[in-house]
Amino acid sequence: MLDVETINTYYGLSHILFDVSLKVKSGQVVCLLGRNGAGKTTTLKSILGLTPPKMGRIRFKGEEIAGEQPFRLVRKGIGYVPDDRRIFADLTVGENLEIAAKKAAGREDWDEEKVYKLFPTLKGFASRRGGFLSGGEQKMLAIGRALMGNPEFLLLDEPTEGLAPALVRSLGETITRLKEAGLTVLLAEQNVKFTLKLSDYGYIIDNGRICYQGTVKELMEDDDVRKTCGI
Amino acid sequence: METSQGITLAALAIHFLVGLSRAMILFIVCSGLSFVLGVLRVPNVAHGSLYMIGAFSAFSIFTLLGGGAVAFWAALILAPFVVAIVSLIAERSLFKHLYQREHLMLLLFTFALMLILGDLVKIIWGAQYRSIMAPEFLRGSFPLFGASLPRYNVFLLIVGPLVAIGLWLFTNKTKIGKIARAAAVDMEMVGALGINVSWVFAFAFVLGCFLAGMGGALVAPTISITIGMDHDLIIEAFLIVVIGGLGNMWGAMVGSLIFGLTQSFGVLFLPQFAIVFPYTAVVIVLLIRPKGLLKSVW
Ligand SMILES: Nc1ncnc2c1ncn2[C@@H]1O[C@H](COP(=O)(O)OP(=O)(O)O)[C@@H](O)[C@H]1O
Ligand SMILES: [Mg+2]
Repeated sequence: MLDVETINTYYGLSHILFDVSLKVKSGQVVCLLGRNGAGKTTTLKSILGLTPPKMGRIRFKGEEIAGEQPFRLVRKGIGYVPDDRRIFADLTVGENLEIAAKKAAGREDWDEEKVYKLFPTLKGFASRRGGFLSGGEQKMLAIGRALMGNPEFLLLDEPTEGLAPALVRSLGETITRLKEAGLTVLLAEQNVKFTLKLSDYGYIIDNGRICYQGTVKELMEDDDVRKTCGI
Repeated sequence: METSQGITLAALAIHFLVGLSRAMILFIVCSGLSFVLGVLRVPNVAHGSLYMIGAFSAFSIFTLLGGGAVAFWAALILAPFVVAIVSLIAERSLFKHLYQREHLMLLLFTFALMLILGDLVKIIWGAQYRSIMAPEFLRGSFPLFGASLPRYNVFLLIVGPLVAIGLWLFTNKTKIGKIARAAAVDMEMVGALGINVSWVFAFAFVLGCFLAGMGGALVAPTISITIGMDHDLIIEAFLIVVIGGLGNMWGAMVGSLIFGLTQSFGVLFLPQFAIVFPYTAVVIVLLIRPKGLLKSVW
């Protein structure tokens, strides 16, 4: 589904990603592990075109997408959940979902009701402003908002960050359910235990370079690699 | 009417209502300016020029259609659309490329645009004074406390709140309005929801300018339409938007009321210094609340 080939991304003059390559197959949950500042967010942003890579290629469903505007990529089926949530604080929870709604051709659509079913906590807050939600609630809303666009492929950036353990567990179930429903996910995380439980395949990134990749089993067993990569 | 003894209650009431109705025109224009500031972060100095083009377009449409009641209504309704088309062209050809620039650049750019539009108006309509006349039933005045209130001002007192309600419904009840509010705060995230922010901005810009044109058309029967009316307005409009709170529609309303009423009462109490009153009010407001009276989106 997604094929990232040796991308290099810069913020101004500072070189952040060095020849990052990764692949996500349709129906998989692939994780991108790495400590704080390793380049996970930058990788996801590069894929979506928010920080377009200077070099390298990105293919989505076989089509070259590097350099395309983010909104076009979202229309092609990519959903994005930013690590800092970026909920529209002045809009209500319902409005946050409503403006993200987009029809998907030939597939079952997400709507507000379905998002509320997935995150029952949000339902009671439908008319509350997004800015008044707790961090965890905003996380759910950010995921629900991305789902409203009916993505085939979800870029999920640190969904467990700052979440209470109980919420982390239910988030894990949510992601598994989304995967069963056919969604492909690229999951950027620092929480190794949580992430490996969900993933089919993993990459470890450090200092802007992919330093390891393998199946979840390989990743679990190889403690050394995880240590040298800093997670 | 004023008596030799001083200011009567009737005069107070009339001045209050006239001030209020003038505030309605200011509100319509300023809500547009504020909307553009809030959503696009563009301090559009050329907003006054669009107001002027609205007034001149109203004059042309009015004259073209023979100057009757129908011509008046057609002018009132069509002139804002003329302005909308002008602004759409300006947005797609110029503004679109400039949103990421710093504010100083945008100020200079829109200032230049104001001069260009001013010259264009001079070329198209000349430097004469123009006027249009409201239809029979909006002329003359209603008796009130033994004095008289011009009917056209009453008309403005009705139109102003209607525009406010319309604008509120638009920003709060329509999807595009909600998207515009979201884009005002985080346009990149709006793009990451699959929304083409470029068109949202174009729409927001055109809507703001439409309101400028509407203000120009509404004011046309009450003034001499002439070049230079853009300059008079734009300074007032910026002050109003600043004291109200940048990007806040209700702030534009409050600011317009302060401006319109202080001006009107100034004329009543100290006519030779009337112009000073609104500016004094602005200074007082800004000393007390430098960020404006209502919540600013900046
Ligand atoms: N807007 C920015 N401007 C400059 N440098 C940035 C910016 N955002 C992130 N960085 C730098 O890029 C590196 C990677 O950051 P990021 O991708 O956010 O890491 P992660 O998501 O893995 O924590 C860090 O060194 C960070 O300091
Ligand atoms: Mg991050």
